[in-house]
Formats: sequence, structure tokens, C-alpha cells
Amino acid sequence: MNSPQPVAGPPPAAAHDPSAYVRVVHLTKRFGDFTAVDDVSLDIRRGEIFCLLGGSGSGKTTLLRMLAGFEKPTSGSIWIDGVDMSTIPPYERPVNMMFQSYALFPHMSVEKNVAFGLEQEGRGREEIRRQVAEILEIVRMGGLGARKPHQLSGGQRQRVALARALVKRPKLLLLDEPLAALDRKLREHTQFELLNIQQRLGVTFIVVTHDQEEAMTLGTRLGVMNHGRIVQIGTPSDIYESPATRFVADFIGSVNLFEGRVRGAGAGAGPLQIECDDLGCTVRAGQAPRALVNGTVWTAIRPEKINISREAPQESGGQNAVAGTVREIAYMGDVSIYLVQIDSGRTLRVTLPNTERGGERPIAREERVWLSWHDSSPVVLSE
Amino acid sequence: MKSSRLVFSRSMLVLGLVFLYVPILSMIVFSFNYSRLVTVWDAARSPTLRWYGELLHNGQILGAAWLSLRVAFISATCAVVLGTLAGMALARFGPFRGRTLLAGMTAAPLVMPEVITGLSLLLLFVALEHLIGWPHGAGPVTITLAHITFCMAYVTVVVQSRLTGFDESLEEAAMDLGARPLTVFLRVTLPLILPAIASGWLLSFTLSWDDLVITQFVAGPGSSTLPMVIFSKVRLGVTPDVNALATIMVLVVAIGIVASTVWMRRREQRRERDLQLAAASNQ
Repeated sequence: MNSPQPVAGPPPAAAHDPSAYVRVVHLTKRFGDFTAVDDVSLDIRRGEIFCLLGGSGSGKTTLLRMLAGFEKPTSGSIWIDGVDMSTIPPYERPVNMMFQSYALFPHMSVEKNVAFGLEQEGRGREEIRRQVAEILEIVRMGGLGARKPHQLSGGQRQRVALARALVKRPKLLLLDEPLAALDRKLREHTQFELLNIQQRLGVTFIVVTHDQEEAMTLGTRLGVMNHGRIVQIGTPSDIYESPATRFVADFIGSVNLFEGRVRGAGAGAGPLQIECDDLGCTVRAGQAPRALVNGTVWTAIRPEKINISREAPQESGGQNAVAGTVREIAYMGDVSIYLVQIDSGRTLRVTLPNTERGGERPIAREERVWLSWHDSSPVVLSE
Repeated sequence: MKSSRLVFSRSMLVLGLVFLYVPILSMIVFSFNYSRLVTVWDAARSPTLRWYGELLHNGQILGAAWLSLRVAFISATCAVVLGTLAGMALARFGPFRGRTLLAGMTAAPLVMPEVITGLSLLLLFVALEHLIGWPHGAGPVTITLAHITFCMAYVTVVVQSRLTGFDESLEEAAMDLGARPLTVFLRVTLPLILPAIASGWLLSFTLSWDDLVITQFVAGPGSSTLPMVIFSKVRLGVTPDVNALATIMVLVVAIGIVASTVWMRRREQRRERDLQLAAASNQ
């Protein structure tokens, strides 16, 4: 890998983290009238697993392809390790990619596939053989080196693709939906294997996925994308517990969303009070931005943060508590999902862990219940 | 009810086969006929290899066959190179300037009546000779050039459809692993489109081998290809040595088809074994 000299120093963008390994600056990509990636700026640190999460058409794959060099940005720039990538073709970038389709060369054996990258560097034959054997051992594919790709199962192909991308010891590995083609059991297993390999080799990963579960388990940080923009960047728990927008709250996990208005100017100390007509009660939110004056806001409450009880909770004072009727119960094994229709007509989703085995009398369908939650549970969103 | 339908479809099958193969069979049978008259079977001295023997001493036919073979070989090879390049450009270079023009021009010989292609090529060659003194009159060179022109169209179509059918991320993966564009083409693209290129070559070879109309426009005196010789002989009345020649050609084609069928079946069996292997290792 020849690393060209920096043309100029990285741009002096104010908000940038100086330790960033990959730096994406105001990146935009248009295809005709369609803007696939819209003014995205990102910093990715050395050694982290950054997950780009978004629905189809959110621009995540286009962003990844620009990092690999397959698409030319319309404007903006990409810096990897302090070097501007705009004029560097894909075959000279210190980056390797694992494709969603794996893109294994069908006419080459597993060994030949993995050796391909090393051969391009003009390494000696003995060295190539040693490194190929080593990486195949790491992905637990030793002994299958002579097979052709169509003689492998899906999981094995995935591991060969990973080995092929890792054998050049890239500093940055791009993974496009790495687990999408695997069945559920294999996917969970492979997730932990990926984490293990990443830690062993100290590679920076950028993973594109539409699967929020995959993003949560793999990523040290997530970037949620929608319509070509990054909506929120944060750790998995940041994004789950403090989503920045309704889109994020709804996209990651499930959520009960209610429109409301902040009562008063949120004056003084004490919890913010929000009137939600849809909910039929006032929501008290402990931690909420103070700047929401009289405007329309949305309160988001995660299903697992709501309690169900048969009696009205004490000291609620008509706040953070609402009555309703259980309409549907879905038993999932570890948890049960309750759909409760509250008196305003809306339905709330509540999940409860099944901690006891055949314990007390369980709540049944069509039973009247009270739903309540703690002050810290609702997230107040202004957009 | 069911059996009557079966009888109907069976008889249609037999009729179809008869329709297709009886002319060829009768030609083969008559190639062993001793009589000089094609339609009269000389039961006393037949079957005989008389006409096959005469064929070997017929300098005109042998010369024409040799010319056709050379022309077909060279034009198929050149057409494959040019057609592959054109197919690559159409399938991979995106919407470049003049793409529609290129697509139209390469497809033109497919849809144009042969008479028009032949005439326009003849006019082009005459004008060229007038302007730059090349090609020198009509002959094997002009025949080959004409054949390359229309064969290339077929190769382009075959290669282009193969390229649009295969996963572009294979090429991207090769590039991602550090291969320069030429290496990508030689080590990934070319091996994968090789079947298309091979069938393009065979198609071109066959087209060139039996083209008559275009060849007649651009051939000069003393450069007659095999189809031209056969055609002119038939015009003077069918002679049995033409039957013998045609029988040899049928034999060659039949051997080729049988060989390729056997080879395909072997490959299919190997593929099935591989799939079973993959399924087994899935456990």
C-alpha cells in the first residue's frame, strides 16, 4: 500500500476530533436530482466499530462506497489518517471492503481468493502462502482452502470474504451488511466472532446495516441515517435512551409516541410538565431540555419502561399514569408484549420480563389495568 | 381422452422430426449414390465413396474450403476482440457521450438486410481504394473485413448481455484488493466472460463460414468462398459431389454438438456434487 503524502493539512473544521482516523467533511453525493448523501460530516476514531444504521435508500451504502472509492463525491472530502482521498483510486486506498454479496471470485479457490490481495502487492509466494494459511485459521476456515466458493455454505462464504478483506491487514475495514445473508442462529454467533477478530487485529470497522439489533451489538458508536443525512451519532445506549428525533426513537426499538404541549414556560426547577391530549394525562419528565417553550413536543416512552398494575398507582395525581384495557398479549418467552388500549382510544405497547415461572395470577386479556412510569422514563423530543 | 392427446402430441413430434431431418438424410443417402444423376438411385453400384474420392481431387472446392476456413478463423478472432471491447464499453462505462450511437452502430448489422450491408461495404472499399490505395481490389482481405464487421455485432451482443448479467461487485472487490484496472480485467472479468467470448467466437465462425450474400458483394475474381462455389455449382445443376461435401460438413457439426452435450452433462453432474458437498458442510 503506498501512502501518498498529504496534499495539505486536514481542514480546520471546528467541531472535529483531532484524534479522528477517518474524517468525512461535508460530504454530498447526488445522482441526477436525487441526493443520496446530504452534507454528512463524521469523525471515526482508530480502533472503533462504527455502525451506519438506516433504512433502504438512506444513503448509508453510498457513503460506504465513497469511502472505498467506488463513487466520487459531488462535494466535500474524505480524509483517512490525515490523507485526502479525493484523488486516490480504490486500488490505492488503505481500505478494504467486505461486500454484501461477498463478491468471492467464483473461478478461484478459497486460497486463491484470499491470496489475490497479497499478490497485487507483489509479495513472495512463500509469504503469501503463510499469511493466507494464518488468516484462514483465524476465521476457522483452515482445511477448506482448496474449495471453490460454490462448494461452501453461506456462513463459510462470509468467513472467506472476511479473511480476504483482512489478509492485507487494512487499517480500516468497510463491511456492507456483513450478516444479512446468514440465518438467525448463525448471525448471532458470527456477530461475536466479528467482535473477537476486530479486537484481536485492532482494525477500525465501519459497518453498514439496516438491522438495529446488529448495530447495537456490534457498534461502539452508531450513526443513524435518514434521507441522506446523519440524524444522530452516539453510543448504542445514547441512541436508545436519548434519541434526538422522533425518527430515531421510532427506528431504534419500539416506542410509544405522543404529541403534547409544554405547560407554562417550564419555569423554575422541578420536572417539566407536558399535556398530552392523546394520552389523557400529564407527563412529568425529569430530564428534558428547558428551551421548549409552549411549543409542540413529543414524548417518547419505551415499552419496557412502563409498569402494569391492577390498582391505581398512589400519589400519581393524574400524572404519569393512565388507565386502559389489555387488548392483546404476545408471549415471547423471555418477555411478554401487552397492547393496552387506553381510555383516549390510543394503544400503548408495554413489555414485561417473565421473571417468574408460573407465579402469581398473570394479567389476562380484556382486564382493566393501570399503566405508570417513572419521571426519568419519557424522552421529550422537539422534532 | 388422455391417450388421444398423447397420440396427437406423439404424431406431431414425429412429423416435426421428419420435416427437419428427412432432407438432410436424403442428401446423406444420395452422397453414396454412384449415378451422376442426383435423383436416380443406381442400385447396382451403390453405395460407393466415389464422390468423396472425387472431392479430394477437386482443386476448386478444396481451395474454396481452405479460403473459407482461413477467413472464418481470422474474422471470428478479430470480431471477438473488437466485439468484447465494444461490449465492455456498453456494459461498464456508464452513460458516456456517444453511447447510443455506438450501441446503434454495433447493432446495425443485426437488423440491416444483408444486401444493404454488402452493398455499403463494397462502396466503402471502392472509395477507400480510391482515396488511400488500400485495400488492393476485392479479394480475401475485403471478404475478411466484411465478415469482421457483421460478426462483431453478434459478439458485442453476447458479451454485453453476459457482462450485464454478472455481479459488478466482483470487479469492485478486485479493485478494492489493490488490482489495477488492467489486472481486474485480465484476472477477474476475462475469465468470467470467457464462456460468452467462446460462444461468440463459435457463432462468428459459423456465420462467416456460411455467409453468401455479403461475401458476393465484396469478393473479387479468384477469391470464391465455399458457399459461393456450392451455390454456383448448384445453379448449373446439383452434382453428387456437392452432396458428399455437405455430408462431411453435417458430420463435423454433429460431432461438435455431441461433444459439447457430453461436456455440459459432465459439468452439470460435477456441479450437483459440489452443491451436495456445500450442503453437507453446512451442518
